[in-house]
Amino acid sequence: MWGSDVIMDYGFMAEYALMYVKAAELTIKISAYGIIGAFAVGLICCLIKELKIPVLYRIVQMYIELSRNTPLIIQLFFLYFGFPKMGIVLSSRSCGIIGLIFLGGSYMAEAFRTGIDSVPNVQRESAYSLGMTKRQTFLRIIIPQAVATSVPVFCANVIFLIKETSVFSAVALADLMYVTKDLIGLYYKTDEALLMLVISYLIILLPISFISSWIERRVRYAGFGNTGSV
Amino acid sequence: MQDLGIQVLFEGINFERLLKGLWISLKLGLISMLFSVILGLLLGCVMAGKNRIIKFLCRVYLEIVRIMPQLVLLFLVYFGAAKHFGADISGETAAVIVFTFWGTAEMGDLVRSALISIPKHQYESGYSLGLSKLQLYVNIIMPQTFQRLLPSAVNLLTRMIKTTSLVVLIGVVEVVKVGKQIIDASRYDNPKAALWIYGTIFLLYFAVCYPISKLSSALERRLKV
Repeated sequence: MWGSDVIMDYGFMAEYALMYVKAAELTIKISAYGIIGAFAVGLICCLIKELKIPVLYRIVQMYIELSRNTPLIIQLFFLYFGFPKMGIVLSSRSCGIIGLIFLGGSYMAEAFRTGIDSVPNVQRESAYSLGMTKRQTFLRIIIPQAVATSVPVFCANVIFLIKETSVFSAVALADLMYVTKDLIGLYYKTDEALLMLVISYLIILLPISFISSWIERRVRYAGFGNTGSV
Repeated sequence: MQDLGIQVLFEGINFERLLKGLWISLKLGLISMLFSVILGLLLGCVMAGKNRIIKFLCRVYLEIVRIMPQLVLLFLVYFGAAKHFGADISGETAAVIVFTFWGTAEMGDLVRSALISIPKHQYESGYSLGLSKLQLYVNIIMPQTFQRLLPSAVNLLTRMIKTTSLVVLIGVVEVVKVGKQIIDASRYDNPKAALWIYGTIFLLYFAVCYPISKLSSALERRLKV
C-alpha cells in the first residue's frame, strides 16, 4: 500500500514552499480577475436576455451555448495558439484571464437566470398592477429576490472557476500544477511535490467552501430561496 | 487570394485523425461514465440511508472530490501511483480511475437527492395498498427516481466529456495531441495551421456536447410539466 515507504523530505519541502506560495498567489490573482470579469459579463448577458434586446439577444444565446459546451482547456489552446495566427498575440496571463471570463461569464449568466426564474410570476404581475414600469419592476422587485436565490449557485460557480484554473499550466502559466510538474521532473520528489500541491489547493479552497456554505445557510434562514415552492 | 491555411484540415487524413483523437477522449469519458453510473447508484442508495457513520464518510468523500480540481487527482494517480506501485500506469488507466472516482461522487449525490425528493406519501400510499417492499421500490419509487435523475445524469455526461479533455496534460494521445502533431508537421508550409486545428477541435467539442446538453434540458422541461 501507500504507507510505509513514504518518507517525506521536509527540508526539500521547506526549500521549495516559497515556489508554491508564489504559484498560489498567481492562481488567486487570476481567479479574482476572472471571477470579477465573469460576474460582470454574466450580469450583462443576463440583462440582455431578460430585456430581449433584438440582435444582442441572439449573440448572447450563442455565446452561452458555445462557452458552456466546450472545455476551458480547449478554449485556452485556441486563444493561446490560434489567435496569434490572426495577429492577436496574448500573453499567457491575459489568456488565462480572458479564458476564465469567457467560461465563467456564461455560468454566471445562468446563475442569475436561475434566480430570476425562481421569482414567481405573481410578483411581476403585482408590480405591474401597482403601476410600476417594466424597468422598475425588474430593478426593484425581481433583482433583489433573484440575487438572494442566485447566491448558492454563484458560490458554487466561484469554487468551480478556481478549480478550473488548474489547467493554466497548459498555456505556460507558472501555476501550482506547473510548479509540481517541474519539481517532479527535476528532482523526482513526487510525494513531496504532490503533497504540497494538495495542501496548497486545500488552503485556497477550503475557506471559500466554508464561507460559501455559511452564506448559503444565511440565505436560506433569511427566508429567501424558498420561492420555488410557490 | 491570401492563403487562409484552412486546407490543412483536408490534407491527407488529417481530419480523420482528429476525429479518431476525439473518439479516444470520448471513449475515456463514456467508460468512466458507465462505471460512475453503476457505482453512483449504489453510493446514492447508501447515502440516502440512515446510518450516520456511513453518511459522514460519504460526505467526506464527496467534499474531497468537490474541492480538489480533477487535474490534481489525475496528477496524484498518474505520478503518485507510478512511483509507489512501481506500476507504469498508462495515462488512459489513470484517467478512467480518476474520472470514475469523481463521477461516482457526483452521481451518488444526484441519486441521493433524487431519492429523498420522492415525497413520503408515495411510500405510505404504496404500503397502504398492500405492496411489499420490493414491489413498492420496483413499481413506485424507482420509476419516479429515474425520471428525476435522468436530466441531471445526462448533464453529468457532458461534464464528464468536457473533463476528459484534461488527459492531454498527462500524456494521453487524444485530439489535442493529434492536433499538435498535425501543426508541427505543417509548420513550414502552413504557418496558420494552429488557428484552424484548434478552432476545429473547439467546434468538435461543441458539436459533441451541445446535443447532449440540449437533451438534458429537454428532459428537464418534460419533467416540470
